[in-house]
Amino acid sequence: MLDFSLKIGGQAGQGMQTIGYILSKIFSRGGYHIFSTQDYQSRIRGGHNSFQIRVSTNPVGAASAKIELLIALDEMSIAEHQTELTATGGIIYDAGDAASAEAQPGRFTIPLEKLALEAGGKKVYVNSVACGAALGLLEYEFSALEKLLIASFSKKPPDVLEANTKAALAGFKYAKDNYASQFATKLKPQATTPKLMINGNEAIALGALASGCNFFAAYPMTPATSIMVYLAGKQKDFDIVVEQAEDEIAALNMVLGASYAGARAMTATSGGGFALMTEALSLAGITETPAVIALVQRPGPATGLPTRTEQGDLLFALYAGHGEFQRVIFTPGSAQEAFYLTQKAFNLADKYQVPVLILSDQYLADSYRNIEPFDLSALKIDRCLASDEDFADTQAYRRHEITTLGVTTPLGASTPLGVSPRLVPGKSAHLVVTDSDEHTEDGHLTEDLDMRIKMVDKRHRKYQGLVAEIEPPLVNGAAETDLLLIGWGSTYGVITEAVHTLNEQGKNVSQLHFPQVWPFPKKAVAAIFKSAKRKVIIENNSTGQLAQLLRAETGLTVDAKILKYDGRPFTAEYILERLEL
Amino acid sequence: MKCNTFNGLHGRSLPLATGAKLVNPELVVIAEGGDGDMYGEGGNHFIQAARKNTNITLLAHNNQVYGLTKGQASPTSEPGFTTKVQTEGVKISMLDPLTTALSLNAGFVARSFSGDIEHLSWVIQQAIQHRGFSLVDILMPCISFNKLNTFKWYKSRIYKLEDEHWDTSNKAAAYTRAEEWGEKIPIGIFYKAERPPYEDLISALKGKPLIDREYNPQRVSKLFNEFI
Repeated sequence: MLDFSLKIGGQAGQGMQTIGYILSKIFSRGGYHIFSTQDYQSRIRGGHNSFQIRVSTNPVGAASAKIELLIALDEMSIAEHQTELTATGGIIYDAGDAASAEAQPGRFTIPLEKLALEAGGKKVYVNSVACGAALGLLEYEFSALEKLLIASFSKKPPDVLEANTKAALAGFKYAKDNYASQFATKLKPQATTPKLMINGNEAIALGALASGCNFFAAYPMTPATSIMVYLAGKQKDFDIVVEQAEDEIAALNMVLGASYAGARAMTATSGGGFALMTEALSLAGITETPAVIALVQRPGPATGLPTRTEQGDLLFALYAGHGEFQRVIFTPGSAQEAFYLTQKAFNLADKYQVPVLILSDQYLADSYRNIEPFDLSALKIDRCLASDEDFADTQAYRRHEITTLGVTTPLGASTPLGVSPRLVPGKSAHLVVTDSDEHTEDGHLTEDLDMRIKMVDKRHRKYQGLVAEIEPPLVNGAAETDLLLIGWGSTYGVITEAVHTLNEQGKNVSQLHFPQVWPFPKKAVAAIFKSAKRKVIIENNSTGQLAQLLRAETGLTVDAKILKYDGRPFTAEYILERLEL
Repeated sequence: MKCNTFNGLHGRSLPLATGAKLVNPELVVIAEGGDGDMYGEGGNHFIQAARKNTNITLLAHNNQVYGLTKGQASPTSEPGFTTKVQTEGVKISMLDPLTTALSLNAGFVARSFSGDIEHLSWVIQQAIQHRGFSLVDILMPCISFNKLNTFKWYKSRIYKLEDEHWDTSNKAAAYTRAEEWGEKIPIGIFYKAERPPYEDLISALKGKPLIDREYNPQRVSKLFNEFI
């Protein structure tokens, strides 16, 4: 089995992202499993950023703590990351004027800048030289890089492609000729079927398009922005309008206006932006207007660590908004879950007329993995809209009609509890009236106490239907287990790996992953807990928020918590060290 | 009024209206609220809506006071106006909706008076017929909490621009006249200019309203190549 990690380090603006993306794609196309993560600071130029790629013949769902190869585009990258190198690891770097420095094992000095200037006359070609050098060291096929460069620069003038190819080849040759014999790891393309190399935000955006989302409004906020950027590029081809709102308050209000008018509408933000949305979230609750909200977490409070990762907003997402109303919270742990749960989010939002949150984080948002193409065959766009034919001419339409169990509603027996028939204003002979104030069945303001109680009860009845549609918690491994490692959201992959490693060592360990935390899957969890001896929860926050929710909902407690709140994701090594087995 | 209604949040009706209009430009969309809504709580939305020029009509009921919360200063309260909160009188300058809208390049800027139903109806009609964002600032007395700007107060000051054959295409003149506030207060259509509404400028909106289009999940398969 091959399990190889490399890291590219440098300053913001030096192009680590480009190099990382290109190399990841080459290995993905070459049939390897890849997992790539980014670590960046909140600045436009300078600072220290890195991009790490793990390449394996086995499926991987997390970065590893150790690397075999470091491509250092500046001095600081060496200082910062050389301790992560394995004993046989090496560093590619440009020694510049100090090129006469004595050769050391594992130090692969390559005149990246000189080669870039010779090939294309510009320093920016260093990226291509570095890509070439990494492949040269690994003795990979150069043609793989050539093909990607052709695709990347197809819209640029031909001399740009030519210069990049020349630069890449120069780096490739230099590394291969001078250092390949000193580096043991070699990679070569494997037989494979095409895979998608995709990150969490792209998967959410694709999921939205697959759901027929036709209105998206947001205010840019790291790490959610790339969802908006991706969708903005598809407006014409996918019949969707992407609107940059003046603030997050406006963004969610726009979404609700669009949704009321018949659109499938969505927004995406991070914690600070979501804080501004809570007023409109509550509006969605009382007006029963469907909305999908991607909340891509980053560490708070307030500005916190704007470009890092954390799972600090689970309870915030659950309790956000004034007043009491129903909602759904999905917590995808992989690109697949991000895609399919986004699709489910739109369908549930329409069916139950509630806000649905997709709780992700910077780690899931920005890390790339390669996966089988999504299966679209079973996906449906289920609008659950009523039509005028559901109402006799004489029967008045009431937007917030109280439907009760056992009574045949205009929509027939399939109407979920507490859900009223929804018509689209302007597309119906009836008027569609709704109100932020407590209202009567026909949507008009009321202060009638009985009506208030009826309306609150009606809206809460949706919970019963939502429970029946819970995305069940996932168990990897035997039900009868000595140790159950529990997580939600983006920790899915890394916990899978920790469990796998322990079972390889002959232990009996299982994983419990939550792709949905609200409504909470009480029954399923109670059953799973019965057959597990020791229970350990793993969360990327400082207080163990899922552990709190678990206890509140079921009375069940865990035996230990492994928490991490330095703004960085878990590695399997980090978890294993703390398990005290 | 018999119409489809979404009674949203205090100050937030403009973004709500914008969302609805964009997905179905065939709807006639009116946003309404008071001076606290539109010029205070939702001030940023007012600025954006005027700049954006979506074909929405804004009816701002401007009584120069917060009535529902029992009489505090609003953004359009006059300096010196005393309330139980502004005990020493309002110390900050008045927000003028008309010059604000003009400075933001709004294409239809008007004011009317609730005491002149005929004039008000005419201005609202004109505003709705205008393609693009239109502002109708509606002066109205608050009989409970504004003892300064009373019906009599307005009545004795108001005069109509239409009576002097006002040229609605002169923006500079509109700006100067909009600043007139004191012994005399002008009402009418100050400024009117056609520019394409926001929704006309969005390529994805060419053709049928978005809500009338066909969508299917299988369509995304053509995007898979980007990721391979």
